[in-house]
Amino acid sequence: MGLQYAGKLAHLFAMPHDFDDPDHAHSVLPPDPALRVKALETLLERKGLIDPAALDEIIDTYAHRVGPQNGAAVVARAWDEPEFAEALKQDATAAVRDMGFYGRQGEHIVAVFNTPGQHNMVVCTLCSCYPWPLLGIPPSWFKSDAYRSRAVREPRKVLAEFGVKLADDTKVRVWDSTAEIRYLVIPERPEGTEGWSQEQLAKAVTRDSMVGTDVLGAQS
Amino acid sequence: MRAPEPVFEAPWHAQVFALTVHLHAQAAFGWPEWTEQFGAVLAEHGVDKELDGGEDYFLAWVEALERICTTKELAEAQVLAQLKEGWARAYLATPHGAVVRLGADEPE
Repeated sequence: MGLQYAGKLAHLFAMPHDFDDPDHAHSVLPPDPALRVKALETLLERKGLIDPAALDEIIDTYAHRVGPQNGAAVVARAWDEPEFAEALKQDATAAVRDMGFYGRQGEHIVAVFNTPGQHNMVVCTLCSCYPWPLLGIPPSWFKSDAYRSRAVREPRKVLAEFGVKLADDTKVRVWDSTAEIRYLVIPERPEGTEGWSQEQLAKAVTRDSMVGTDVLGAQS
Repeated sequence: MRAPEPVFEAPWHAQVFALTVHLHAQAAFGWPEWTEQFGAVLAEHGVDKELDGGEDYFLAWVEALERICTTKELAEAQVLAQLKEGWARAYLATPHGAVVRLGADEPE
C-alpha cells in the first residue's frame, strides 16, 4: 500500500532519496508524517473504507487534468462571448459545468467580475477553500497564515506585495471562501487582445489573476 | 498561462490529500465538517509560529485527518500508532531498493 505512487506517479515528485547510496543498506525511512499517512491508509483499507485505485485516480486527476488552464478557458470565453459572461454572472456553477468543469470543491462557484471601479480578490480565512475544478490545488501563498490573515485586513498592501497597484478610486472587494462557496475572479480583458481567439486569450490569463492577486497588463 | 508550480511537493502530501477527498466522496464526513476540523488545527498550529502554507500546511492536514477519523470512529488512535511503528520497522528491515511491505521486520 502506498508504494503504488512510487511507480506510476514517481515523476511527479522530487524524490531526494531516489539514488543508489551504498551507505543506506536499508530503505530510507520516510518522514514522520508520511508514516502517519501510511498508517491511516493501511487501517482504512483493512476496514474496507478506501479503495487504493481510487486514491491513484484522485492524485492523477489533480496532478495532471485539473489546473488553472480550466479557469483560463472560462475567463477567455467570458471575454469573447457576452451571453456566456451573462450566464456566468447568473449561475457560474451551471455555466462552468457545461464546459465540463465540475467536481469536488466546485459544487457552488460564484464568478466575480473585475471592473474599472472594482477589483475582486479571494481568500479563505478558515483554511484553504479554493475552486479546484477551475484552478487546481491552491499555491502555498494562498494557504499561508500571512495571506489568510492579511487579505481581509489590508488588501491593498497585500496586492502591492504581489506587484498590483490599483487606481486610488478603484474599490477592492475581498471574498472569503467557505466550504460551500468558491469564487473565481474574472479579470478585465487586457488591452491589445482585440480579435484574439479564445485559445490565445486563455494563454494571457494567469492563475493569480483569477484569485485577484494579479492584474493582466496590455498584450503586445 | 505561466508554468504551473508543482501541485504536491512530496508523495505524502498527495496521499493525505487523496485520502481525504476519497473519504469525503464515500460520505465518511461532510466537507464543512472537514474544513472546520482543518481550520481548527491550522489555528492551533499557527499559535506558536506563522505557517507558510507549505510543509506545515500538510502537517496540519495529516493531524486534522487523524482527528476526524478517530472522532468518527473510522480509525483508532492506538492502532494508528502501532501501524506507524510497524511501517517504520518495515522500512528499516527492507534492503534499499526493494518494495517495503508491512511486517517485513517480522520472521516469516
